[in-house]
Amino acid sequence: MERIRNFSIIAHIDHGKSTLADRMIQLAGLADTRTFKDQILDTMDIERERGITIKSQAITLPYRARDGQSYLLNLIDTPGHVDFSYEVSRSLASCEGVLLLIDAAQGIQAQTLANLYMAMEHDLEVIPVINKIDLPSADIDMVMEQIENELGLDPFTSLTCSAKEGKGIEEILEAIVERIPPPRGDSNNPLSALIFDAYYDPFRGTIVSCRIFDGMIRASQTIRLMSNKATYRVEEVGRFSLSRNKKNHLEAGEVGYIIAGIKTVSDVRVGDTITCDDHPCEKPLPGFKEAKPVVFASIYPIASDDYEELAAALEKYTLNDASFIYQKDSSVALGQGFRCGFLGLLHLDIVQERLEREYDLSIILSVPSVRYRFTMKNGESAFIDNPAHFPEPAQISKSEEPYIRATMMFPERYLGAVMKLCIERRGENSNINYPAPGRVELNFEMPLASVIFDFYDNLKSITQGYGSFDYTMIGYRESDLVLLDILVNGEKVDALSQIVYRGIARPRALQACERLKEEIPRQMFKIAIQGAIGGEIIARTTISPFRKDVTAKCYGGDITRKRKLLEKQKKGKKRMKMVGSVSIPQSAFVAVLKSENT
Amino acid sequence: MPAFISSLIDEMNMYRDSFDRFDTIYLGGGTPSLLDGRKINIILQALFSSFRFTDDLEITIEVNPSDLTLESARALHGSGVNRINIGIQSFDNNELSFLGRRHSSREGADAIENARTAGFTNVGLDLIYGICGQTLESWFKTLDFALSYTPEHLSCYQLTIEPSTPLGIEYINGSIDMPNEDLLYDFFIKSSEKLEEAGYLHYEVSNFARESKWMSKHNRKYWFHSPYLGLGPSAHSFYGRKRWWNYSSVDTYITSIKDDKMPPIEGSELLTSEQLCLEAFFLGIRTKEGIDLEEYSQKFHCDFFAQHSALLTKLIEEGIIRITDKNLQPTRRGLALADSLSII
Ligand SMILES: Nc1nc2c(ncn2[C@@H]2O[C@H](COP(=O)(O)OP(=O)(O)O)[C@@H](O)[C@H]2O)c(=O)[nH]1
Repeated sequence: MERIRNFSIIAHIDHGKSTLADRMIQLAGLADTRTFKDQILDTMDIERERGITIKSQAITLPYRARDGQSYLLNLIDTPGHVDFSYEVSRSLASCEGVLLLIDAAQGIQAQTLANLYMAMEHDLEVIPVINKIDLPSADIDMVMEQIENELGLDPFTSLTCSAKEGKGIEEILEAIVERIPPPRGDSNNPLSALIFDAYYDPFRGTIVSCRIFDGMIRASQTIRLMSNKATYRVEEVGRFSLSRNKKNHLEAGEVGYIIAGIKTVSDVRVGDTITCDDHPCEKPLPGFKEAKPVVFASIYPIASDDYEELAAALEKYTLNDASFIYQKDSSVALGQGFRCGFLGLLHLDIVQERLEREYDLSIILSVPSVRYRFTMKNGESAFIDNPAHFPEPAQISKSEEPYIRATMMFPERYLGAVMKLCIERRGENSNINYPAPGRVELNFEMPLASVIFDFYDNLKSITQGYGSFDYTMIGYRESDLVLLDILVNGEKVDALSQIVYRGIARPRALQACERLKEEIPRQMFKIAIQGAIGGEIIARTTISPFRKDVTAKCYGGDITRKRKLLEKQKKGKKRMKMVGSVSIPQSAFVAVLKSENT
Repeated sequence: MPAFISSLIDEMNMYRDSFDRFDTIYLGGGTPSLLDGRKINIILQALFSSFRFTDDLEITIEVNPSDLTLESARALHGSGVNRINIGIQSFDNNELSFLGRRHSSREGADAIENARTAGFTNVGLDLIYGICGQTLESWFKTLDFALSYTPEHLSCYQLTIEPSTPLGIEYINGSIDMPNEDLLYDFFIKSSEKLEEAGYLHYEVSNFARESKWMSKHNRKYWFHSPYLGLGPSAHSFYGRKRWWNYSSVDTYITSIKDDKMPPIEGSELLTSEQLCLEAFFLGIRTKEGIDLEEYSQKFHCDFFAQHSALLTKLIEEGIIRITDKNLQPTRRGLALADSLSII
């Protein structure tokens, strides 16, 4: 145990975490330059494309230090997006130290701060590492100053490196050995192991990544998951090398994997404690939370025949994503579908993309919603995330929506524009800090609903990419909420209904109407598109009809060609959804979904 | 005898005795009027000897005005042709030259008179609207002039621009300016109103008959899935579920008949019930009579109404279709939308 080190790298997106990890893997001799696959820790395609890490994973690096001893350095990767901060906290809980990686040109960003605070909460040893020192724009002094002033750390404890050029990597590994304390724990105690990740392997079932705090785990032992008391027989344990490296046992202080015939990833909970069924530990490790979805939307197949396929795809998808939840739902406009919960909008995007790409499904998503709370006149209260369940307005005595505290960091010159954006999004109780000359840390309390759409995208574009954003939930606040319906020729398109703050109902309705107008093709009759609250119409547009389309001649020789054309058109029309008498293409639903928040 | 005609006769012989009585003959497609009266006579005689016909046989020929001299009209009439369809297109010389027609407005008028003089009591005229630069006024001038001959039948076709034709290329390049959808709709509706006021029956999208007995017996077969046999290059035939068509090149047509001793069929299709169902609908909805719902749902085992009730109700409300005691019919406005109606 004295020669084990467990650590994570925390970094803002693009500050070079994956590159650094690759270098360390190379230096440890796990991969030579030829077999070297770039950025090994990010395994999934989508992650790679988006440059973010969704699944945390671990790797054990054997390292012979300058003191002549061999060490096992366990690098535990952390997801890099606000949607996944709980997963980050579980990964950090499995470590004794972190590398805090900072881009020498960009300096400290909000995400860095948020994760650092989390690391500090876990009493972890923090080693600041300034990366990209090869860049001409690198400003090491500036970053050192930030480390002192903004993080309150001793800047002279920081290391410098260029992950790209492979410079300074060994010094980092040495610092890990020297400064990060070895794990504590006792292999003779009852087993307690923290689950920080789980992923699905089609041949072996769920592979659980864990950190052993006390005790030992070996094959054929019966383990128990403490949150739900489920028991499993261990089939295999081992360490993560470039692939899985089977071992006889894992003992206190180690990081590795467990295969135990667990069918789906959702059978295990990140943050749960694994113990031995015979000699359980007294209490679970602290910090366990059920990952709670905060954004909800319904998914429908475009062709209703694809429902079964969608059901199968979702089932398969959840094998590998425990934070995604779903249940049956149905819409008058869109037929049978599923109501789904996501950790955030990015998570939603990822799920949608993977369903479409990996399962080759065409799906429609309803407008995402947060979970609101309504208190009725009879005293009962209910959480509602589906507009279809919006209570009878006359019965509501109080309505509330979830609020967050947003933390944004950016160069001072953007302050005015960012303030304006936040105020437009109903931000209040702002708080401005100047952690360093020229830099602003801005706090705002805002409704979650007003940031889930495209707040982050807007922030990024306003700050030309220099703005970062992080948030924490701060609870529910009273808010005047209404149910906004969209009607097409008088028929409610239930999938487009939204629960919104009354103050933005009209602009939101107008925007939905305009988007629909752009996407719904002209039809044989006039189409009125309306936004309504209850019986009151608050926005409307119309699509004028087309009046003539018939081909002039249709005699013997024309019929086959004509039929083929119509068959094609009919197929296209089948991909549209009928709402009353109006055919609405998928793109219309997508367009409304993508509405900018107003 | 030209090779073409002898091939045609050979083809007839290949089908000899395979069919019951025919009640129409249609000499059309291409320009049969290029053949002189004697050759038409040979073709008709060959038909008479190869097939059986009903007593009220309708024999139509399509002619170009410039081909219809009094002499040729007399010859055609003498051969037994009893319906003549003249490709007038327009009585405006500018429009005619835009369309690339060989004849003048004067020749068009002469052709009609020749047909009448030769004794034709069933004369049909083809007209075209939607020509570049045409206004409702100039179109009505052509229409009025045509009406002054009280033709038994009128076909008013909206100009269709084929992308591969010289006109099509000009259109795509944007060098000609065609009437927009609203104007075309006006042409369509106002012509229909005008002709119905003049007593004509607007019985199909582009076709008008002075009385129901002057409707084209032959063309109606296409719209009601009746069987037909097509002879000659690129002719289409239909029987039961099967449709087949001949080689379109005249040379291939002739050599195929000579070499194979078999009908010169280039392709065929066996329609699935679903395809038959679609065809029955899109063809039927082009006609004023529309679709016999009971027959349709029995034949194709579908409850059309139950499937589309919301849309049908809306279309009825909007005056695009109507339901009589038996039929689903397009209204005048519905006829203009027959393509869209086909895919509801
Ligand atoms: N110039 C320079 N670029 C680097 C260095 N380290 C990483 N990068 C680049 O920075 C970008 C982001 O790196 P990546 O490792 O994917 O960042 P991550 O999002 O933190 O995992 C990539 O284009 C890297 O090539 C470095 O030391 N110097």
